[in-house]
Amino acid sequence: MPEITLIEALRQAMDEEMERDERVFITGEDVGRRGGVFRATQGLYDKYGPDRVIDSPLAELSIVAIGIGAAMVGMRPICEIQFADYIFPAFNQIVNEAALIYYRTGGDWNVPMVIRAPYGGGIGGGLYHSQSVEAFFAHRPGLKIVVPSNPYDAKGLLKSAVRDPNPVMVFEPKKGYRLIKGEVPPGEYTVPIGPAAVTREGTDVTVYAYGMMHYYVLQAAEMVAQRDGISCQVVDLRTLVPLDTKTVLESFKKTGKALIVYEDNRFLGYGAEIAALLSDEAFEYMDGPIRRLTGPDRPGVPFAHTMQDFYMPNPDTIADAIRDLAAY
Amino acid sequence: MATDLQTAHQIDDTGIDLDDQTLLEMYWQMVRARRLDERVWILHRQGKIAFHISGIGHEGVQVGAAYAMRRGHDYASLYYRDLAFSLSLGLTPLDFMLAVFGKAGEPTSGSRQMPSHWSSRKLGMLSSSSPVATQVPQAAGAALACKLRGDDRVVIVTLGEGSTSEGDFYEGLNWAGVHQLPLVCLVQNNIYAISVPVHLQMAVPNVADRAPMFGIAGAIVDGNDVLASYCVMREAVERARSGQGATLVEAKTYRPVPHSSDDDDRTYRSRDEVEEWKKRDAILRFQVYLRERGLLDDDAIAEIEERVRQEVDEAHAAAEAAPYPPPEDTLFPVFAPDDRV
Repeated sequence: MPEITLIEALRQAMDEEMERDERVFITGEDVGRRGGVFRATQGLYDKYGPDRVIDSPLAELSIVAIGIGAAMVGMRPICEIQFADYIFPAFNQIVNEAALIYYRTGGDWNVPMVIRAPYGGGIGGGLYHSQSVEAFFAHRPGLKIVVPSNPYDAKGLLKSAVRDPNPVMVFEPKKGYRLIKGEVPPGEYTVPIGPAAVTREGTDVTVYAYGMMHYYVLQAAEMVAQRDGISCQVVDLRTLVPLDTKTVLESFKKTGKALIVYEDNRFLGYGAEIAALLSDEAFEYMDGPIRRLTGPDRPGVPFAHTMQDFYMPNPDTIADAIRDLAAY
Repeated sequence: MATDLQTAHQIDDTGIDLDDQTLLEMYWQMVRARRLDERVWILHRQGKIAFHISGIGHEGVQVGAAYAMRRGHDYASLYYRDLAFSLSLGLTPLDFMLAVFGKAGEPTSGSRQMPSHWSSRKLGMLSSSSPVATQVPQAAGAALACKLRGDDRVVIVTLGEGSTSEGDFYEGLNWAGVHQLPLVCLVQNNIYAISVPVHLQMAVPNVADRAPMFGIAGAIVDGNDVLASYCVMREAVERARSGQGATLVEAKTYRPVPHSSDDDDRTYRSRDEVEEWKKRDAILRFQVYLRERGLLDDDAIAEIEERVRQEVDEAHAAAEAAPYPPPEDTLFPVFAPDDRV
């Protein structure tokens, strides 16, 4: 099987979906001739032309709103927000419009659209090119949210997102775009929206993560296995909404100890919901505190590499947190 | 503007291609919307309903605009004053009354939304919400879809002049200009955003003056003249349908009633001003015109009023008698099932 990067997997997904369904079109800033600032849409403009790969004005609100309107009348838009940090001008269109239209019309209208946004730190992007924004959107019912951590899932989840009859947000770990490589089979497959994946079986500590943090968690789990003999059960959440509560709970019951790793700041981050779920529904299995390893409660990842490194969880800090919890 | 309707009808019918029957139907649409609206005000004052946001005063431009569309073919994305517009597209008085009472079976939202948040897939009405102007870039998106597919549909989007201060308005019309979209943006300028007069909303005299900044056509029309409104909208719709791009139409009109049932307009404008505008009422003016053309007389007017009264009575009674939605309707799904097309 060929090994490709995460961003190549995303590009393949869009290419195949555009080939398969002529209703699919892409819009966003620089997605056309330039192929996107991260080159996610490279080559698609030449292949599909300016009517299907549309360079948008520099205005995120309308990138999303155009998608909503087009989706309602039968198209399948893929809207790219250049950096997740820039999604907030479109916040109202996403949380008050796209998320509500099916509910507020009693199912008469639906909004089959995809919103892609690169998120996360570790790339020297400073306060406004490094943010993790998933918690803002996960809070609002009506939005499906996926965060792939490897090329196979990236391709399969994005293809599922394009085919979903609802608004789906795809947050892509930009640090992993070229760093994370993996095997992707040629030809058609999808990864369903919903199921989490157990990516390592273990008995001592359960570690939950998604996106870039999952990549680091697997490294940390290997480190503690080799050096400390600690056995980790690792869950890649993959889909944040709707959450696979069954896999989350079953994985916890194996170990009784949970560490949730996310690079967003801690307070009311996505991991808080995992913690609440475990304490609600698996209280009698608890064998230690439910722990979170996160970014600090500061509003972004600073630019200087010293502060960036301080902000981001990494395999070493994750391994420390696992050891600490295992020893509890 | 002269206000003596006894000496002149004050309707501009230049270039009008509507037959007598259609003219009378349009008059009926305007009267029907007005009487329905008035009934709902009464229901509110009686304490029978919780909230009403009125379209009184706007019936001329709305009926004119609706009749300029290919109804059932073109898309409309409407705002909360568009009762007459919605009825003209096929919403029924009972549909509206069910919304007003918040009853089960309300077709636009299952009574989840407040009344006057129009939506109907089968009637080609996109879903509207309460945050104003959000519908403008969405309508541009629908228009983009029509253009990409090469179908000959046009999208009409409406809003008040107050909403044109929102960024959504600018971003939506910017797309319409850049991509020459088949869009008609109809601004019903009633010179107040709740209490704030238009000179505190914008520094240009007319909303339509902004059209050149988007590279689209602009037009101003007397929104209390149903036929002039029809004419300007028809021209804009045809411009859109023939691939010549979008138009920003501004209809000058007035809301002679408070913003909503929770508003008291005596706190921000004089009674003299309101009375002066009432003399330019769209229904009154159209009635005088139709009399002059020999299409209406006292008997015919009374007959229309009686027919409308019956329809409003029936809708009112049926909605009042209808059951409320079961509480668990709150838990209607937020996601369409996977097999939804």
